[in-house]
Amino acid sequence: MGKKPTRVTVNGKSHARLVEARLTLADFLRHELALTGTHLGCEHGVCGACTVLVDGRSTRSCLMFAVQANGCEVTTVEGLAPDGKLSVLQQAFMDNHGLQCGFCTPGMLITLTELLREKPDPSEQQVREALTGNLCRCTGYAGIVAAALDAAQRLRGASGA
Amino acid sequence: MKPAPFDYHAPRQLKEAAQLLARLPNAKILAGGQSLVPMMNFRYVMVDHLVDLNGVDDLSGIGVGDGRLRVGAMTRQRDIETAPEVARHCPLLAEALRHVGHRQTRNRGTIGGSLAHADPAAELPAVCAAYDATIHVASVRGVRQVPFADFCTGFMATVLQADEMIVAIDLPLWRQGHGHGFREFARRQGDFALAGAAALLDIGGDGAVRRAAIALFGVAASPLRAYAAEARLVGQPLDAAAIRAAATAPWLAEPLSDIHASAEYRRHLGQVLSVRALTDAARNAGVEVPNIV
Repeated sequence: MGKKPTRVTVNGKSHARLVEARLTLADFLRHELALTGTHLGCEHGVCGACTVLVDGRSTRSCLMFAVQANGCEVTTVEGLAPDGKLSVLQQAFMDNHGLQCGFCTPGMLITLTELLREKPDPSEQQVREALTGNLCRCTGYAGIVAAALDAAQRLRGASGA
Repeated sequence: MKPAPFDYHAPRQLKEAAQLLARLPNAKILAGGQSLVPMMNFRYVMVDHLVDLNGVDDLSGIGVGDGRLRVGAMTRQRDIETAPEVARHCPLLAEALRHVGHRQTRNRGTIGGSLAHADPAAELPAVCAAYDATIHVASVRGVRQVPFADFCTGFMATVLQADEMIVAIDLPLWRQGHGHGFREFARRQGDFALAGAAALLDIGGDGAVRRAAIALFGVAASPLRAYAAEARLVGQPLDAAAIRAAATAPWLAEPLSDIHASAEYRRHLGQVLSVRALTDAARNAGVEVPNIV
């Protein structure tokens, strides 16, 4: 059960570690890299709090082993605001009361970042469908959906669409 | 909550993967991991070896030819869902995938993994049942082809031996212009379905049904083809009465009963969802039928 050499690019920075095969990508991010913005709720793929982008695709980091991310590019919530300035989506969450306790927010932001990249003009139904994989126990989702639609509009305006 | 320790193997070639599976005791295949890893996190499943197929060449991809759609076992569910050739040739598969888990799990989850897991409430086995898919299974002994009707052997059980892996799935194409319908009932979008129905209809120029396939899932230990319902439809003009008669045809199994739904409720859902799936299929084939239930 030897450790495996693993190299992962996280938020643009390359990290090499020797890891146990059973270490999940979520625990790798939190414990090895101290990127604690990725939250762990259920650890069996239901709550979506641990969602990160792996090679650009939203992925539950509790259902992937760190060794599987060898050679991959990972984006965590920390990567959405690399210079400390909130992304358009994050600002829209603030402005639309898209968070209360904030526990689910990192996963929400990552899922919606992927959605808005694929569908710059999503319908409310499409936003809600994308968010079925992310549980929030505070907001009732209304503020989150409003934030996603607001962010989509702001991003389309910024790109001159 | 962490998996018990295991040794990790990442073969690059199919032959290497088959040799590992033949040699290693208590080994399991890691495909998308969206069902296996939760079970490992809970320690329902404890393995000594994990053979990760994600790096194996030639297990992913979608191709159309020889009257069938071929999907590599490790093709991600999301890639199948969004593939233009799937939308054109097997729209039932694309429609069903929208109900499989969530976007994040479909980004990792594979078609081969879903079939090997064989959850009774899973959508992809039901689609394979409706199409009479052929499952290509590989091991050190070579590749064998299993008709999907023989693939499931019971509750989350299949004909796969411990050292075998699914490498590809063939779905025989239906005539262009055929209709498809897919309906399921779950408490929330993305939850496991309490019951569901998948339907394919080929309707002739005279309005009579030339060919029909109905598969029910979530109602029995494995997907159930409603052969009696299909027989009631074929040769008949398609209208509301024909759909209603088909949906009430008897099944060859007693419905499941558990804490989520009783057998009677699942029978009711199976009938209602059959009607709706057949109605959708008729409309997709260009036949106007009223809403029935």
